[in-house]
Amino acid sequence: MLGISSLAAGFNFIVTILNLRAPGMKMMRVPTFSWMTLVTNFLIITAFPVITVGLLFLMFDRFFGTHFYVREAGATPILWQHLFWLFGHPEVYILILPAMGIVSEVLPTFARKPLFGYTVVVYSGILIGFMGWGVWSHHMFSVGLGPIADSVFSATSMLIAVPTGVKIFNWIATLWGGDIRGTTALHFAVGFVAMFIIGGLSGVTHASPPADLQQTDSYYVVAHIHYVFFGGTIFGLFAGIYYWWPKMTGRLLDETLGKMHFWLQFVGMNLAFFPMHFIGLLGMPRRVYTYSPDLGVSDLNLVSTIGAFLIALSILIFVVNLWRSRTRGRPAPNDPWGGATLEWSIPSPPPPYNFSVIPTVENRLPRWRTERHGPMKDPPAVPPAPIHMPGGSWWPMVAALGLPLAALALLTHTLWVAFVGAAVLLFGIYRWAFEPFEV
Amino acid sequence: MTHAAAATHRTSMGLDSRKMAFWAFIGSECLLFGSLISTYLVYKGRSVVGPYPHEILNIPFTSVSTFDLLMSSLMMVLALAAVQRGDMKWGKIWLFSTALLGLVFLGGQVIEFTEFVHKGLTIGTNLFGCTFFVLTGTHGAHVTVGVLWLLTLWVRALQGKLGPANAMTVEITGLYWHFVDVVWIVIFTVVYLIQ
Amino acid sequence: MSGDARGGTTGTRAAGHEAAHGHPTVGVYLRIAAVLVVLTVLEVGVFYVPAFHPVLVPTLLVLSAVKFTLVVLFYMHLRSDSRFFSFLFGAPLMLAAVVLVALLLLFFGALTLRGASGGG
Repeated sequence: MLGISSLAAGFNFIVTILNLRAPGMKMMRVPTFSWMTLVTNFLIITAFPVITVGLLFLMFDRFFGTHFYVREAGATPILWQHLFWLFGHPEVYILILPAMGIVSEVLPTFARKPLFGYTVVVYSGILIGFMGWGVWSHHMFSVGLGPIADSVFSATSMLIAVPTGVKIFNWIATLWGGDIRGTTALHFAVGFVAMFIIGGLSGVTHASPPADLQQTDSYYVVAHIHYVFFGGTIFGLFAGIYYWWPKMTGRLLDETLGKMHFWLQFVGMNLAFFPMHFIGLLGMPRRVYTYSPDLGVSDLNLVSTIGAFLIALSILIFVVNLWRSRTRGRPAPNDPWGGATLEWSIPSPPPPYNFSVIPTVENRLPRWRTERHGPMKDPPAVPPAPIHMPGGSWWPMVAALGLPLAALALLTHTLWVAFVGAAVLLFGIYRWAFEPFEV
Repeated sequence: MTHAAAATHRTSMGLDSRKMAFWAFIGSECLLFGSLISTYLVYKGRSVVGPYPHEILNIPFTSVSTFDLLMSSLMMVLALAAVQRGDMKWGKIWLFSTALLGLVFLGGQVIEFTEFVHKGLTIGTNLFGCTFFVLTGTHGAHVTVGVLWLLTLWVRALQGKLGPANAMTVEITGLYWHFVDVVWIVIFTVVYLIQ
Repeated sequence: MSGDARGGTTGTRAAGHEAAHGHPTVGVYLRIAAVLVVLTVLEVGVFYVPAFHPVLVPTLLVLSAVKFTLVVLFYMHLRSDSRFFSFLFGAPLMLAAVVLVALLLLFFGALTLRGASGGG
């Protein structure tokens, strides 16, 4: 089910970004967040089918007596590992690229400087997308693939650090010499860069099979993944939330609370995950619910726990900030930050039609004055001509309901429920397909 | 800029959005069937017990099925050509024929699968059974969806709601149908002929 | 786009209209169908004629690749359509092919006793 919705979103985003841009919005003028979303969605539509097949095999092994992963029948669980990681590695790029896109928009805004090397950043993103398909077996170095396979994947995994490193230098160069405004969004964006460097470094150490043989399945990996997932994706997402919340809701978030959130989360995160590098190398395995006190990692684990609680506290502060902004947040103008991109030319929150007049884009930084061009004229507050909005529909939800119904058949081991689910799905699809487009 | 209908307004790449989305879908299906075919090939010859492919696969019978599906692709493309030029009489005939040949293919699969079960090959018998039935079963499920889709279009045509103005829907149906045929071309070669 | 309601009667009459857009004509479709049938007959022939068995696999792969290409280029219109559609199809197709080859290499010998200690 997750696969179908992800694929559908994938097709939708790809077509929208490529085929439904505003006039003048050439691909090399598209904001980095949209570019990274495009690459991400190509990764989604290619990687998800592979995990679908892997899971299909697992489901058949469990429910229908097949032997896709059963040694005694001549098969091997290693196939599962391959199918899983063929998806799993592109998946981590699916997780990080959008955050990289966000950071590439937040940093320039609060440095009051265009992104350094936009073209290179875009191409690096595309390259990361492609290369992400060539590294999957670095998750399987301890499985016994053989020296040739290990060497090939080791090489590709080291190479993939290059485009990421390039982006990091571009972000640093964006800040360098800029007129920095230390908003919460900027704190998270800079935090992203710093934490992702650390996570990337531990990641590169995994690229060496001999080193990885000690690291794999230990807490060292947990350290790496949390630096890139938490320090990377989550920090990037928070940067985006603090950046775009005023635009989405029409209310500013409180900057003081925001900075408290950031610092608590930053300290908490490092307390929680940095010690894991050590406890992993000291021999603590991952995916365990307890460990022996003789391992000597109890104190460091305690530090991690304290860090985790700090993170929880920081999130609480964040939630309080969100809640208070509903009524006590200062109303947000169209452009609270002095952003360069189109979304800042319309009201906060945007009207349902978004742009009263679809702008014609002439450059990469439409709302800024640069040496080469002046700022764009914002669309008028009131649309000069009637704008047609598509009508809503309940039928997609009805169709979607068919799927969990069908899944219920598997859980309850009753066949007829599957047919009910399929019938609901078909019914929903037909009503959806044939309702009039114009309402 | 006019916004008469989604299909006709100006797009950034000058391409029909639905067609673009559908080609993206077909691209993702390449990965789906690619994984299934890869598994079949990786496990080929590894069954611990029989029946084995050479004992069970019926090449003459499957060749007829292959021929049937190829002809259905021809009918699909003729259906599209007819609808595009406004000839709905032949459009309906070709659409129905495509669906009919699809049903014949599915019938052939049912007969084949039943034969195999009688000869002792079920989905749980051995590796050949698992990989064969899941691969061809997934393909068969896709054919079934295609047949339903074609029959739906045929009914719309009978109701007078299909014509050259919405020929794009027929074109996209054709893309799906030809893709399903093309996957079968690969399966026929890799599973049946290369044993 | 396409979809002029020019009321043609029989199949081949519309040839002029479609050729003007760079699309294959009905005649082309029929000829492709004939070629596909011939190729299938050849495939089955190669399977049954023992003399071909040494070159069975490459021959079959080539024949089926030609069939695949013909259907995709002509029936699915990729030849006369935007090159971007070819990219949307071709890139994942190549990816799937590379993954398939990689998996075959990774498993080559790995499931036999000898291969268990490391491939190739």
